[in-house]
Amino acid sequence: MKEKLEAIKADALTKIESAKDLDSLNEIKVAILGKKGELTAVLKGMKDVPPEERPMVGQMVNEARAAIEEKLEKEKTRIARMLRTEKMKRETIDVTLPGKKSIRGHRHPNQTALEDLERVFIGMGYEIVEGPEIEYDKYNFELLNIPANHPAKDEQDTFYITKDILLRTQTSPVQARIMEKGNLPIRIISPGRVFRADEVDATHSPSFHQMEGLVIDKGITFADLKGTLEQFAKEFFGEKTKVKFRPHHFPFTEPSAEVDITCFKCGGKGCRMCKGSGWIEILGCGMVHPHVLEMCGIDSKEYQGFAFGIGLERITLLKYEIDDMRLLYENDVRFLNQF
Amino acid sequence: MNTPISWIKAYVPDLDVDVQEFVDRMTLSGSHVEGYEKKDKNLEKIVVGKIVTMEQHPDADKLVVCQVNIGTEMLQIVTGAKNVKVGDLVPLVLDGGKVAAAHGDDTEYPEGIKIKKGKLRGIESNGMMCGIEELGSSRDFYPEAPEDGVYVFLSESGVKPGDDAVKALGLDDIVVEYEITSNRVDCFSMIGMAREVAATFDKPFYPPVVTVKANDKDVNDFIKVTVKDQNLCPRYCARVVENIKIGPSPKWMQDRLKAMGIRSINNLVDITNYIMEEYGQPMHAYNLDTIAGNEIIVKRAADGDLFTTLDGQERKLDSGVLMICDGEKEVGIAGVMGGENSMITDDVKTVLFEAACFDGTNIRLASRRIGLRTDASAKFEKGLDPNTALEAINRACQLVEEMGCGDVVGGVADVYPEPVKAKVLPFEPERYNALLGTDIAKEDMLAYFKKLDLVYNEEDNTLTIPTFRQDLGCMADLAEEVARFYGYDNIPVSLPKGEATVGKKPFNQRVEDVAREICERNGFSGGMAYSFESPKVFDKLLLPEDAHERQTIVISNPLGEDFSIMRTVSLNGILTSLATNYNRRNKTARLYELGNIYCPKALPLTELPEEKMRLTLGMYGEGDFFTMKGVVEEIFDKLGVSGIECEPSNDIPYLHPGRQARLMKGKLEIGMIGQIHPETGDNYNLKTDAYVAVLNMEMLTMLAKFDRKYEGIAKFPASTRDLSMVMEKGIFVGQIEHVIKKNAGKILESCELFDIYEGEQVGAGKKSVAFSLIFRAKDRNLESSEVDKAIEKVLDALKKMGIELRA
Repeated sequence: MKEKLEAIKADALTKIESAKDLDSLNEIKVAILGKKGELTAVLKGMKDVPPEERPMVGQMVNEARAAIEEKLEKEKTRIARMLRTEKMKRETIDVTLPGKKSIRGHRHPNQTALEDLERVFIGMGYEIVEGPEIEYDKYNFELLNIPANHPAKDEQDTFYITKDILLRTQTSPVQARIMEKGNLPIRIISPGRVFRADEVDATHSPSFHQMEGLVIDKGITFADLKGTLEQFAKEFFGEKTKVKFRPHHFPFTEPSAEVDITCFKCGGKGCRMCKGSGWIEILGCGMVHPHVLEMCGIDSKEYQGFAFGIGLERITLLKYEIDDMRLLYENDVRFLNQF
Repeated sequence: MNTPISWIKAYVPDLDVDVQEFVDRMTLSGSHVEGYEKKDKNLEKIVVGKIVTMEQHPDADKLVVCQVNIGTEMLQIVTGAKNVKVGDLVPLVLDGGKVAAAHGDDTEYPEGIKIKKGKLRGIESNGMMCGIEELGSSRDFYPEAPEDGVYVFLSESGVKPGDDAVKALGLDDIVVEYEITSNRVDCFSMIGMAREVAATFDKPFYPPVVTVKANDKDVNDFIKVTVKDQNLCPRYCARVVENIKIGPSPKWMQDRLKAMGIRSINNLVDITNYIMEEYGQPMHAYNLDTIAGNEIIVKRAADGDLFTTLDGQERKLDSGVLMICDGEKEVGIAGVMGGENSMITDDVKTVLFEAACFDGTNIRLASRRIGLRTDASAKFEKGLDPNTALEAINRACQLVEEMGCGDVVGGVADVYPEPVKAKVLPFEPERYNALLGTDIAKEDMLAYFKKLDLVYNEEDNTLTIPTFRQDLGCMADLAEEVARFYGYDNIPVSLPKGEATVGKKPFNQRVEDVAREICERNGFSGGMAYSFESPKVFDKLLLPEDAHERQTIVISNPLGEDFSIMRTVSLNGILTSLATNYNRRNKTARLYELGNIYCPKALPLTELPEEKMRLTLGMYGEGDFFTMKGVVEEIFDKLGVSGIECEPSNDIPYLHPGRQARLMKGKLEIGMIGQIHPETGDNYNLKTDAYVAVLNMEMLTMLAKFDRKYEGIAKFPASTRDLSMVMEKGIFVGQIEHVIKKNAGKILESCELFDIYEGEQVGAGKKSVAFSLIFRAKDRNLESSEVDKAIEKVLDALKKMGIELRA
């Protein structure tokens, strides 16, 4: 009996080992452990075993069965793993094939530049406000210290609708509107579209965008203006950016300045972009003229403030090295897709 | 404004900085340098040589061999120039030197041309004699130079062999170009710039000391001046010079004018040009013998007057133009150009000098109307200081005397009824510091002011502002002067203190951001379009003559018809851009644009129009109407705006009549969507199916909600029923959906179209439509009888529309 069991076990283990796939493994299982299997047959023959030997034989059968089952399970795992490996081998792909592209739209570079600017100033506590694009002369000029007959009001530069209504030439009228409302302190930026009578060419457009900034509070100084714009320049153009303030003139600020930053392409060494100077002009600014404050109903002895204006297209063209402003309005998808 | 450094040094002789430091510091003190030109940048190793001997070249008929003395040695030079002879002093470039241009060649040589010694037909030549063009100039400025050949120094030039020829010709100057701001009228003159230079580099400033000897005669015996319009002519100065001797002006004056790019004409003309540069004060010289009645009258022209200016052109005048007249006729357009009838000729005997101050605005407007802008009018436009006029005319007379070109008659005819007085401003050092955020000492401030000719009056603590500084009128102006000379770069850096503020965006911009995000996610790229366009747009869009969109705001001075009206429809930009893409063979294009349209409340405008933000989407290529509709629906969904109906329409003229709809929220029109009418497509040369949508952003801003409440994920099972129906083809699926939603009760969770079919099986003129309805209750398992009841109600309602379930 014992020998028979040993023989069955040894035979089974050999067969299992040589099985090539899951099906033959299953056949082996049925042939040995199934209802009509060899081991089952041994169990069925238990009735011929003397009762005192039965526990021992039973144990032997169970042991053989356990050993066979264990072996079966092990081989099953091995074969499954082998099959999976083979399958994966067949599934090998050429990972260097191009990736599948989803149709994706692209933000206009001018908009991206604007959002980058806005993010910096919102982080510094500025609120975005908007103003009308068709504006009264009063806000675009008069309240900004640009009286009648000032050359800046020339028809050559300004599109007029009527004598008093025009297309705003700058975002600065928003300054006057906000100051006139009188909710002090003021800390705003105001981006928007402006218009000048320039023929369309590679560097001019009759319509472009500016972003105005205005801060009015007690004790605001030119030093604060410098600090603010220096912080902005470092945030926007990079930590290493240096800033230079040059005296300039705007009718509605005094003192006024133009601001240059170290060229962000060459870092100030001088290149084609900065025309060899190492510096790039990026904005105009100044302390709000006391007369402007007074005209807008703010006591210039108590309050001081600064204002600045940035030409958006200039930043966009410089930042993305776009050489022709007309591209911004053509909306050729081959242009837009690059951003 | 350009200034040669040599001329500046005439007033600031102690200036001793290199050009780079000069331009850097001038820029930082407020005179923005745009660039500078070293006149001699390509001229190297060029000396004066004296031709000692000259022999025919043995092997070349057209060449001569010269021995040339250059002071230290004798050099053999071979030349082909025909104009030189023994004894001539010529500019000679030595071996290894450089010239600016080649003889008889218009090519530009940015780096100049290197000259090396060599052999010419076998004879050694150790350099080259130079023509004026090779030295980078022209006969315009050196009329004594031969038309073709080597420059020969004039005997009066006083040069000797070995001298620096470039210096001797005055070609070693540096001309600096500044961008002067409009408020600094005083800086449009050599004296004004010199004052800035002296202040910037803290060197003494020596303006000309003006004295006129004059003869014993009285100007009033020669001329009487009357100004009829004092507003347009606040001051008129006239002086007379008799016994005029026309001739060349001295070399120093020619050199200075040359450096400014002004050609020397004769002593008289040169003096007026010189004064214009030196003082920024235009002058005019009349032939006094042509002035009738010994009288000058300054008055407005009559409308329609015709007048011939000294350039021979006839000009049409109007009553806004100020004229200089004599006793009988007009002799000059004030501040713009003199008349042909009174111009200086070579035989002139007596001259009337005019230095006046005319109203800048009037000159600017008049010169534009006449269509004549001159150097003089450009100066007057800026608004000159009337106090300069007298100084300038006296300086001119001083030069006349010094140069010996005539006898100055005693006295000035000076009409100046209301002299401009110097402003007096309080000296407020604390306020300057408070504005700048600095701690600059009072004494330093006074030192800056002194350099600028502002006079401090200690007893009343005030500053007297010279009248040429019209730009200084208040505390902030003076603070800027302090800042300029203290140095903007020395002002400390701080951040605004005081109340903290919250950075934020207005709500409408948040809505726009969402719209951008959805557009881009669906393949639409952001475009930009102009706010103004052509009135022809309305025809292209097939809008009827009486369409309200044709009521537009018109620009009174547009760049042309194409930019003449403010848009009332946003589509033109997108359609133009789609066509551009299509005609450039881009297979597919999807664009969106956010921009205003401008809706007048009344025309002509008496108040500002409404500016309405429009989101315009356009596409061609891949995708159809429903692609566009999906994008629009996604925007509504993301903005939390529900219940927007796509109402079929057929009356939007630029859209396909069978493929257009209005997007309605109840009675509010939120926008429109459709396929472009093929005729409109043709009008834009966009010959493919294109789809557009326009959303009214002000409505969406009003309706948008970003609040969301969590509703819990469904716990109880759903029950799904499919309904397949047959109906007339003309019934809109939207109507069916409406009926289902209205009748299925609260337990209807969703209802979705899953099939639509037209064909033989359903019969002609019919279609089959299938919906999948999902029912669910939040709080319990649904009984199937409840669902049956709901379905029954839906079917009843459909039956009333003549719609039956498909068998």
